[in-house]
Amino acid sequence: MSYGEKIDIIDIDYTWSLKNYIRAFDGVYIVTIFKSIMISAITTIVCLLIAIPVAFYISFSSIRMKSILLVSIMLPLWTNLLIRTYSLIAIIRTKGHINSSLEYLWESTNNLLNFFNLANYEIMGESFIPLNLMHNNYSIILGLFYIYVPFMIIPIYLVLEKFDRNLLEASYDLGANHIKTFFKVIIPNISPGITSGIILVFIPCLGSFIIPDLLGGADSQMIGNIIERQFKSANDWPFGSALSFILIYITLVIISVRHVYSKLYSKLHLRGNL
Amino acid sequence: MSDKKFCIELKNLTKRFENTLAVDDVSFNVEENEFFTILGPSGCGKSTILRLIAGLEVQDQGEIIINGIDCSKMPANERPVNMVFQSYALFPHLNIKDNIEFGLKIKKIDEIEIKKRVDEILDLIKMRSYINKYPSELSGGQRQRVALARAIVNKPKIVLLDEPLSALDANLRIDMQRELVNIQRNLEMTFMLVTHDQDEALSISSKIAIMENGKVIEANTATNMYEYPSKKFSAEFLGRINIIDGYISNNDNQKIFKSEIFGDINLQNDIDIPQDAVLGIRPEKIIIERSSKNLENRIKTKGTVIDWTYYGDMSYITIELNNKKKIYIHVQNIHRNTLQELKIGKTLRASFDINDLIILEK
Repeated sequence: MSYGEKIDIIDIDYTWSLKNYIRAFDGVYIVTIFKSIMISAITTIVCLLIAIPVAFYISFSSIRMKSILLVSIMLPLWTNLLIRTYSLIAIIRTKGHINSSLEYLWESTNNLLNFFNLANYEIMGESFIPLNLMHNNYSIILGLFYIYVPFMIIPIYLVLEKFDRNLLEASYDLGANHIKTFFKVIIPNISPGITSGIILVFIPCLGSFIIPDLLGGADSQMIGNIIERQFKSANDWPFGSALSFILIYITLVIISVRHVYSKLYSKLHLRGNL
Repeated sequence: MSDKKFCIELKNLTKRFENTLAVDDVSFNVEENEFFTILGPSGCGKSTILRLIAGLEVQDQGEIIINGIDCSKMPANERPVNMVFQSYALFPHLNIKDNIEFGLKIKKIDEIEIKKRVDEILDLIKMRSYINKYPSELSGGQRQRVALARAIVNKPKIVLLDEPLSALDANLRIDMQRELVNIQRNLEMTFMLVTHDQDEALSISSKIAIMENGKVIEANTATNMYEYPSKKFSAEFLGRINIIDGYISNNDNQKIFKSEIFGDINLQNDIDIPQDAVLGIRPEKIIIERSSKNLENRIKTKGTVIDWTYYGDMSYITIELNNKKKIYIHVQNIHRNTLQELKIGKTLRASFDINDLIILEK
């Protein structure tokens, strides 16, 4: 269908044209694709930075604590994506929980200043200005992070569980400090988990459209939103499918890179019983 | 101060894990170039001592002095010791060469020196052709050698070996025991090994310490530990022994051990014997008598064979005496036709030398 042309409101002519693909590499679309990749990449990095310590903490806790923590990570996954996103909106919107807490703090401080007859100096500003936490790229990253971080924590946690703790002791024993041990022993050994986590977070981020729709601002649409619009409001299915295919190609490239990498990895290290 | 230089001095070392006392006020010294073995049943705290020396556990009390330097509070990565782990703990993501170099690279030793040392070690462990392989591609014995190489390449003051041979099969284990001894002698390094295998301890160590319930029961050279143990536990743990129960009576300046099995045994007067002592005799010190003539200084007995275990070169037999007591005898199967005598139900005469008796404190 992506090679077809739209000739009517509902009719599509399969002309084997590459027009849709050429259009996809045109100005605004390529920028959006690039922006989507950037947002997804940043989200993935943030997830990674948070997930590694969290996964470590879980895997080094007691068995009882482990199950509690794992359930608390997976619990949000049982709720609908929309509900989770709306709950996030409730927290970060202009009159949300964060801003009302800050406002409360502002008022209490101001009252305190009043008490000391310092109110006239307006140290705290004339009035409380709520933080603009929503409708920008950061809110999208926050939303994506919130939704997808479990998919990063769980694969890393799983490889950490299989990780031989004796290797840590061997590393200290051979003179490495904690930082060297982390980079020279832990990271290389948990890299399969990290790559799986990256794939599991990056790919859904790339195709997401609900979160940028709900949390994003006017200029923060992602490629998922454009595709959605082609199929719905713009009613241009051929172009929508061309964009979808481009997304699929990007995804395939990433997966094949991972596949080659993991094949190389298992060939080198994981043969035999370790 | 003694003239001997101690490689390791442990002073009142104590370590508690929750409710169990793993190491209970342990003090002993290890001399330089010694092959020191800690022998004990599993869970006696022997591995914990090793881990305390390596710095992988922190002691609750006591001091660890390595080569004259107090290392009690030094972190593991700064201590001049290296450990060979029971599971080998080779880095799966590094090849053999990188595994061996790991410690040297961390210490930022220059490339030429690293290459020289690694070359030496690879010749020593005969693994030169494997340098580009990964640990998962090696057999158990080869991994074991790499683990040893990774430790000794750093030239530590002491090499700690935590049951290094327990995962190997019997034949390979004996080969590796010889190899360990040879490496230790060639390099003139101090080795400290932990094992629960009595034969291994006897065959490789120059000194053995026997542990039970977190305490060191006794420490001595390997031969003395077997031939002259002073504690009942160590005599029973290292090899087999016939314990002769009884009590000591002092009659007319003659110390007599009144035993249940063999009657009165005259002991030398000049030795100090604790009141609750028992006697012991090793099974191989008892020989089967074929003639009934009286022998000087020998205790004779007679009994019926009730159990016979045949090991090819040796026969382990149990005989029951008239008073229903049992004694173990290890007989070397020198002649084929004498095997008949050992059959279950046969009556045997046996004897042993009084000088081979061991006095054991309970």
